[in-house]
Amino acid sequence: MYDTIIIGAGMSGLAAGIRLAYYDQKVCILERHTTIGGLNSFYRMNGRDYDVGLHAVTNFTPKGEKKGPLARMLRQLRFKWEDFSLSPQIGSRIAFPGCSLDFDNDIRLLTAEIADKFPGQVDNFQSLCDKIVDYDDLDQATFEISTRNVLKETISDPLLIEMLLCPLMWYGNAREDDMDWGQFCIMFRSIYLEGFARPFKGVRLILKNLVRKFRGVGGELKLRRGVAEIKVDGDRAVGVTLDNGEEIEGKRILSSAGRLETLRLCEDVSEVDVRQSGQLTFIESISILDREPSKLGNDRTIVFYNDSEKFDWRPPADDLCDIRTGVICSPNNYEYGPEDGKLDEGVVRITTIADFDRWNNLDEQKYKIEKLNWYDKSVESAVRFVPDFRGHVVDTDVFTPTTIRRFTWHDKGAVYGAPDKQLDGTTHLSNLFLCGTDQGFVGIVGSLISGISMANQHCLRD
Amino acid sequence: MSPADIRDVIIEILEDIAPDEDLSSLKDDVSFREQMELDSMDFLDIVMELRKRHRVQIPEEEYGELASMESTVTYLTPKMADI
Ligand SMILES: Cc1cc2nc3c(=O)[nH]c(=O)nc-3n(C[C@H](O)[C@H](O)[C@H](O)COP(=O)(O)OP(=O)(O)OC[C@H]3O[C@@H](n4cnc5c(N)ncnc54)[C@H](O)[C@@H]3O)c2cc1C
Repeated sequence: MYDTIIIGAGMSGLAAGIRLAYYDQKVCILERHTTIGGLNSFYRMNGRDYDVGLHAVTNFTPKGEKKGPLARMLRQLRFKWEDFSLSPQIGSRIAFPGCSLDFDNDIRLLTAEIADKFPGQVDNFQSLCDKIVDYDDLDQATFEISTRNVLKETISDPLLIEMLLCPLMWYGNAREDDMDWGQFCIMFRSIYLEGFARPFKGVRLILKNLVRKFRGVGGELKLRRGVAEIKVDGDRAVGVTLDNGEEIEGKRILSSAGRLETLRLCEDVSEVDVRQSGQLTFIESISILDREPSKLGNDRTIVFYNDSEKFDWRPPADDLCDIRTGVICSPNNYEYGPEDGKLDEGVVRITTIADFDRWNNLDEQKYKIEKLNWYDKSVESAVRFVPDFRGHVVDTDVFTPTTIRRFTWHDKGAVYGAPDKQLDGTTHLSNLFLCGTDQGFVGIVGSLISGISMANQHCLRD
Repeated sequence: MSPADIRDVIIEILEDIAPDEDLSSLKDDVSFREQMELDSMDFLDIVMELRKRHRVQIPEEEYGELASMESTVTYLTPKMADI
C-alpha cells in the first residue's frame, strides 16, 4: 500500500514525488514510457543527442535571487542553484514584418525597444507592467479574465499588442486566440521579467538530477508501467490497474496524465467530453548545422516570428501545419561558462503550429513524405526572419503531433493541455488530484512548481 | 531541549531549506519572511521538518507562531522541553 501513487514521470510527477518521498511517504511513480521526462524528454538518433522540448528554461533568475518560481522550486526540492547549471540567453527577438523588438533577461532592453519603436506606448507599457506586478493570487475567476480585453484597455497600438502576445502564447497558451489573464501574467513574468536560460547539457541534466534526488529520498520509479484504470470505491480512488494487469493500492493518487486523460482512466467514468481537450500542437523541425548559427549571422537565442501584423493563435485552418508564425531557437546562443565550452555542432530548432487530426490520418508512407515536406516549408518560412542556413545542414529530424501523442498520451498531442485549467487540482474523487499541464502551470519550471504545490496542498497535510 | 538547542535545530532546518543563504547574520527579532523572503511553501517546510526530525506536531492554525526566530523558539520551548 503506497501513501501516494503518482501517474507520470514528467517534470510535475517527479517534483511531486521528491516532495512526498522526502517527507517519508511511500511513493511510487508509474510511467508508461520506457524513459522519463514526458513532454520534455530526450533521445538519441544517428549518434546525436536531441532534446524533445527544451528551447529555454523560462523564469531564469540569477543566483542569490530569493523570489520567483525558480528560487522557490530549488528550495522546495532542496537543490542548489548550481545543480541546474543554467546559462543565460544572449538575447531574443520578436520579429513581425517591418518591426522587431529585442529582449533579454533584463526588462530594460524590451522597455527601450518599445520606446524606440512605439514611442507613444511607453507609459501604457509601464501601466501594463504595473498591473502584472500587482496580480498575485490565482483564484479561478480572475485567472480567466480575457487578456485581449485587458490589453485593449491598456495599450492603444494593436501591433504592439500582437507582438507582446506572440512569445507568451507560443510558450504557454492552451487557449485559441485569446489567453487567460492569469496565464498571461505568469508567462509575462517568466519570459519578459525573468528570462531564458539553458543547461549546457540540455534537459537530461535536469531530469537526471530529479531522478537521482527522487531515488535518493526513497522514491520508487517504475518505467513501462502504464496505468490502465483507476479503481474507485464510492467517492474514493483505491488503487490502479496497470496495462500488464498488475494491481497497486494507494491512499491517494496524483496524476500528471492530463484532466480528461485521467478521468477516462477512472472506473466510474464512462464518457468524457472530448470537446474540452486542447487543440494546439506543433511540429518541431530540427536542423544540425556544420557551424554555429552565429557564424551565419544569427546570434539570437530565440526568434518568435509572425509574417503579418495580426498574430493568429489557433490550429491550422485547412492544412497539416500553419507556418505563418513560428519559433526559431538556437541552443548555441547561450552564454555558456568557460567550464562548459561550446556545443559540438550548430543547432536550429523551428516550431510551427500543426493539426493533430490531419497528421494522425496520414498513412505511413504519406506521413514520411509530409514530414520532409513540412520540414522544408517550415525552414523556408523561418529564413525570412533569420539568415538562411540551408546550405549548412548536415542532419535533420522532425517530430509531429502524433509523435508527441505517442510518447505522452496527451489527447491530440496538445502541448499545453486543455484550455480550462483546474487550478486547485481537485477531481470528482476526494483523493484523486491533478498536477502538471492541466492543473495550470506549464513549461519546465511551471510544471515542477505544479507538482510541488499539488503535493504540498493535497498529499502532505494529513 | 533548551532554547539554545532549539535555535540550532531551526538553523539546521533553514540551512536545508535555503542552502544558498548566509545565516550567520540572521536577526532573531526580524521575521523570516522579511529577511529571507520565505513564503508559505517554506513555512510548510519548517513545520514538516520539525515533524520529520523531532516528531513535533504543529497544528495549521499555529503556523503563524513561526514568524521569526524569536517567536519560533518561544513557541517551541514548551513543546520540545522533553526531547
Ligand atoms: C516541442 C516542445 C517544446 C517545448 N519547449 C519548452 C521549452 O523550451 N521550455 C519549457 O519550459 N517548456 C517547454 N515545453 C513544455 C514542457 O515540456 C511541458 O510543459 C512540461 O514538460 C509538462 O510536464 P508535465 O509533468 O505537466 O507533463 P508531461 O511531461 O506530459 O508528463 C506526463 C507523463 O505521464 C505519462 N503518462 C500519461 N498517461 C499515463 C498513464 N496512463 N500511465 C502512466 N504514465 C502515463 C506520460 O508518458 C508522461 O511522461 C515544450 C514542450 C514541447 C512538446
